[in-house]
Amino acid sequence: MTTTTAPSPVLEATGVTMRFGGLTAVRNVDLTVNAGEIVGLIGPNGAGKTTFFNCLTGLYVPTEGKVAYKGTVLPPKPHLVTDAGIARTFQNIRLFANMTVLENVLVGRHTRTKEGLWSAILRGPGFRKAEAASRERAMELLEFIGLAHKADHLSRNLPYGEQRKLEIARAMASEPGLLLLDEPTAGMNPQETRATEDLVFAIRDRGIAVLVIEHDMRFIFNLSDRVACLVQGEKLVEGTSEVVQGDERVIAAYLGEPFEGAPEDTAAAAVEAAEAHATEGDDQ
Amino acid sequence: MATTDTTTPPRGLVALPATAARALVAIGAVATIASTFMSWTYTSDFPGDLTYYGSPAGLQILDLVAGVLTLLFALTLFGVRGLGWLNPATAIQPVLLAATSAFAVSWFSAIAIAVDLKGLVALDPGAYIAAVGSAIALVGALALPKPGDTFKDYVTKPDNIPPAAKLPAWGQRLVITAATALALIVFAYGVGVDPDASETFLGYILLVVFGTWSLFTAGLFDRFAQLNAGHKGFATSMAFLAAALFPFVENNEHNSNLGVNILVVATVALGLNIVVGLTGLLDLGYVAFLGVGAYAAALVSGSEFSRFSGVQFPFWAAMLTGMLASLVFGVLIGAPTLRLRGDYLAIVTLGFGEIFRITVNNLDGTSGPNLTNGPNGISMIPDLNIFGFNFGSNHDIGGFSLGRFANYFLLMLLITAIVVLVFTRAADSRIGRSWIAIREDETAATAMGINGFRVKLIAFALGASLAGLAGTVSAHVGYSVNPAPYQFAGSVPPNSAFLLAAVVLGGMGTVNGPILGATLLYMLPEKLSFLKEYQLLAFGVALVLLMRFRPEGIIANRRRQLEFHESDDTVHIPEQGLPDSTVGVTKAGA
Ligand SMILES: Nc1ncnc2c1ncn2[C@@H]1O[C@H](COP(=O)(O)OP(=O)(O)OP(=O)(O)O)[C@@H](O)[C@H]1O
Ligand SMILES: [Mg+2]
Repeated sequence: MTTTTAPSPVLEATGVTMRFGGLTAVRNVDLTVNAGEIVGLIGPNGAGKTTFFNCLTGLYVPTEGKVAYKGTVLPPKPHLVTDAGIARTFQNIRLFANMTVLENVLVGRHTRTKEGLWSAILRGPGFRKAEAASRERAMELLEFIGLAHKADHLSRNLPYGEQRKLEIARAMASEPGLLLLDEPTAGMNPQETRATEDLVFAIRDRGIAVLVIEHDMRFIFNLSDRVACLVQGEKLVEGTSEVVQGDERVIAAYLGEPFEGAPEDTAAAAVEAAEAHATEGDDQ
Repeated sequence: MATTDTTTPPRGLVALPATAARALVAIGAVATIASTFMSWTYTSDFPGDLTYYGSPAGLQILDLVAGVLTLLFALTLFGVRGLGWLNPATAIQPVLLAATSAFAVSWFSAIAIAVDLKGLVALDPGAYIAAVGSAIALVGALALPKPGDTFKDYVTKPDNIPPAAKLPAWGQRLVITAATALALIVFAYGVGVDPDASETFLGYILLVVFGTWSLFTAGLFDRFAQLNAGHKGFATSMAFLAAALFPFVENNEHNSNLGVNILVVATVALGLNIVVGLTGLLDLGYVAFLGVGAYAAALVSGSEFSRFSGVQFPFWAAMLTGMLASLVFGVLIGAPTLRLRGDYLAIVTLGFGEIFRITVNNLDGTSGPNLTNGPNGISMIPDLNIFGFNFGSNHDIGGFSLGRFANYFLLMLLITAIVVLVFTRAADSRIGRSWIAIREDETAATAMGINGFRVKLIAFALGASLAGLAGTVSAHVGYSVNPAPYQFAGSVPPNSAFLLAAVVLGGMGTVNGPILGATLLYMLPEKLSFLKEYQLLAFGVALVLLMRFRPEGIIANRRRQLEFHESDDTVHIPEQGLPDSTVGVTKAGA
């Protein structure tokens, strides 16, 4: 932690570049997330948002640049990143399908528990206590996201929206200081999206900073203290919702065009989008 | 399917009133039962000697059981009081399958007699009555109201099985005890079948397959699983107690030997299940770890053919030596390969398995340094002596005389219990969950903070050392060790393909699955001597069929059980989570 009274950064990514052969998916991106902040990351399909997340969490080793969490530079190893305090969800849900809801969250507790093989076999009082505490903590998290009543279900049998929520609970189980959410409302209906909005605020109120990728503009501009827009691997703009919404380059590159594949074009509050949609319908 | 009656839906495949159909099943069953008390053939040449009146033998006993089962299920259709528990849904399926078991056993017997003894003249009236009686029962069963439109509906468990009436705790334990005892009797009978009487064993298989199937469709297995889940400790102790009683029930050395060998392969399969079933790592050279353990134990056993013939470790030290040696090899193989993804491990372990065997073959003093005595192996391994209990000699316990193999059986059972304990405890813990997480999705698992390499190495090393542990006992049981059995695939059981097949066939990730799988795969070629040459082919066919029809193995892991469980207490079919508008929004990406 820095000693300054200024906002203390949780995440500092500097000059992150990721090249796949000739393709530069992420180019020299700097991004800072401060404690208690919700930061949005937007950009058209293929802009490199997910790739950037993968660089932050060690799934990809960035070609250039470094990632620091609370002042310490992270090694590009996913388990060490999680151990340090960054947890994430995946754009295409990656739950442990044949494990129960509770077990999924318990796996998330891996870095915060220490019991090894021996204590598992010997089952001493220490093991039982740790296991009970883990279960309690996991149940508390399930309570928090509203899935406690399904603790014993297989995660594969959950409906889509609940699977997304479970991924968030699983990530939170590692007691992170920063949570990376990759399109948490993809595939959700408007009510669920609204609930997720509240959930993200509640997570922030628990003292966890959030960096969130989303195509749903109303969601992202409602939620975020700051928004960064990635286009073709480069950070085009960064600023408050108002600034980014009004930025001409962003409108040209992303917001202006009718964004295909965005979850709820009809529900999106972006009035222009709705109108564009309607006129489009009239034309045809 | 040719239906004779299509106008009224509740009719059966054969057009008969339901009452007549039920009566036919019962009559046929009674006729089948009666036939088993008659002579089926006039000469005692046929295995089992089926010539007596009044005392069923061999295939007749099996047919008797099948007939009784059919009769009982038929009576449940009449609503006989006291039998409701047998068929809670008064379903048709168990009746049909039971009748099929009687039909299969009767007709198989009759045909086998005719074929073995050159012609129908060899058949006595009893055989005809069995054939006709069981056919009547089957026709009756087919005339019962159809459970559904397809053939599949006849052989699958119906959904509408009512939950069991709540028994008092002692009653539940009684049921568990009785069922375990029944399982022991069925198993012991199968092991006890004379290896020359392949016919009897085939009849046994027919009865077991159709009989258990009919009990399954009646819903009794689910109920038993529920009872077991409520009394886990008790059920496990009963299972081990039943296994411990095996040498007393089947009190002869040949069968005890068979029992030990089954236990050895079952235990090793269970160890492999940690690697393959829980962690999802394909290990194609696993049997080499059994070999390492066996050789380590043989070397320190005090055998005069051992390189260190003067050295004789006490057994606990030999066990530790075997485990440690396997552990070291496990780490040596695992450390460089487990960092890589995918199939490297399979290739490296396959290579390791072969290298182990070839190296052991060559460490004979001429091709290489003398350590293992080459192809001759290390023989004359002395029997164990633990606390003055000599495993080589007979011991009288409670009027039973336990021979050498029975002694080893009990020791091996202890080892199996240890491995079962390690497996279950490890699986249900932080480390076990991380294994399963790795199996399910390695990327997500590492993103949850799991050090994939470390966790996989632990699984691999644990699996190796458990195989090594089993190897130490098997070296003593078999008097000698030699390199031949430790190969990838072969006609003699402990080979890697066999163990893998046992795990996959039985059910990956479960405790009972690999034990059952290993038992089946060991017993079948043992009892069906004509199969021996075709064992690998039969393996292949069995695995292909299994993967087609039941990819989760004979015993499904919790996944399936949970699905039953969920449909019991919560109905959440109409998901409000997925309205039409969301279709097609998901995108691919890392
Ligand atoms: N492992 C990889 N190898 C090669 N190219 C990759 C790899 N991962 C991503 N890419 C490429 O990098 C670019 C950025 O992809 P990325 O998934 O990061 O986009 P995104 O901004 O998350 O898009 P979306 O909104 O569709 O999720 C794409 O062109 C993609 O094809
Ligand atoms: Mg993406």
